[in-house]
Amino acid sequence: MNDRDGFEDRLRAARARRGLDRPGEAGRGGLPAGPWGIGFRAGVEVFSALVVGILIGLLLDRWLGTWPWLFLLFFVVGGAAGVLNVYRLFNPRRGTGS
Amino acid sequence: MAAEGNTIDALSQFILVPVLGRVGESVGFTQSNLHMLIAVGLITALMMWGTAKRALIPGRMQALAESAYEFVHGLVTEQVGEKGKRFFPFVFSLFMFILFGNMLGLFPYAFTYTSHIAVTFTLAAIVFVLITVVALAIHGRKFFGYFFPEGAPVWLAPIIVPVEIVSYLSRPVSLSIRLFANMVAGHVMLKVFASFVVMLGGLAVIGPFVALLPLALNVALVAFEVLVAFLQAYVFAILTCIYLHDAVHLH
Repeated sequence: MNDRDGFEDRLRAARARRGLDRPGEAGRGGLPAGPWGIGFRAGVEVFSALVVGILIGLLLDRWLGTWPWLFLLFFVVGGAAGVLNVYRLFNPRRGTGS
Repeated sequence: MAAEGNTIDALSQFILVPVLGRVGESVGFTQSNLHMLIAVGLITALMMWGTAKRALIPGRMQALAESAYEFVHGLVTEQVGEKGKRFFPFVFSLFMFILFGNMLGLFPYAFTYTSHIAVTFTLAAIVFVLITVVALAIHGRKFFGYFFPEGAPVWLAPIIVPVEIVSYLSRPVSLSIRLFANMVAGHVMLKVFASFVVMLGGLAVIGPFVALLPLALNVALVAFEVLVAFLQAYVFAILTCIYLHDAVHLH
C-alpha cells in the first residue's frame, strides 16, 4: 500500500485547486436552504402537524362521543405543533443540551 | 381547455394497473410493484457488479457504486456520529430505493412508485417506528422526557406535552407528504405541458410553431425533475439521519 501514501493529500490538494470541493454545505445538516425549499418545508411541517392534530381529535371524538370538542381542541394543538415545527426548523434543539 | 374534445388528463398516469396478466390480477401485482422490483434489481446489480472487481482504480460502475456508498456513509456519520454507523445499511437502502424510484419514474412509460402516498408513508412509518424503538432501547424511560423539555414550568405541562406529542407524530406525515407532493407535482406539470404540445400542435398552420414553447419548457422541466428526484431522496435520507440523531442522543 506504499503507492497510496499521500494520495489522499494530493487528491485533496488537486480538488481544492480545481474548486471541486464546495465551500461549506448549505444550511445546517446540508439541507437545501433556498427560499423555495425553506418555504415548502415550512408549509409541509404546518400542514402535517395540522393533519395529525385533526386525526387525533376525530378519532378521540369518535371513541368518546364528544364531537366536536376534542376535534376543536386538537385542531388548535395541531396548529401549535405546526408552529413549533417551523420554529424547530430554524432553531434546532440539537446540541443545545436542552 | 378542450381541444377537439380532449381534455388535459394529468392524473391518470398515477392509476395502478395490474400487470403480468391473470396472475398479477389475482394477487394485485401492479406496475408499481413491478417498478419496485426493477429498482431493487437495479440497485443490487449496481452494487454487485460495481464491487465485483474491487479494482484499486475503479471503473465506471465501481466509481458509481463507491460514490453512492461514500455519499450515504458521509451523510450518516456526519449527522448521527460514529454511533450511527450501524444504521448505515438502513439509510443506504432507503436512499437508493427512493432515488431509483424517482429516477425510474422519469423514463417514458415508467411508473413512479414514490408518487403514491401509500408507498412514501409506509417508508416514513418504518423510519418512525425505527427511531422510536431505537430511542426507547437506548434511553428507556428517559425517552418520554423528550416530550417535556427540562426547565419548563410544570403547570405548562398540559399544553406542552400534547403539542410535543403531535409534533413528534407529525414527523412521518411531513416526511411522506414532502416526497409524495414533489413527485406528483413534477409529473403533473410534465403531463400538462406535454398535453399543451399536442393540443397546440393541431392548431392550424401556426400550431407547430406555438407548440415549440411548451416543448422547450418540458425539456427544461425534465432536467429540473432529475434535480428534484435526487434532492428529495437526499432530503428523505438526511431527515432520517437527523431523526436518528435525535433518537440516539436525545436532546
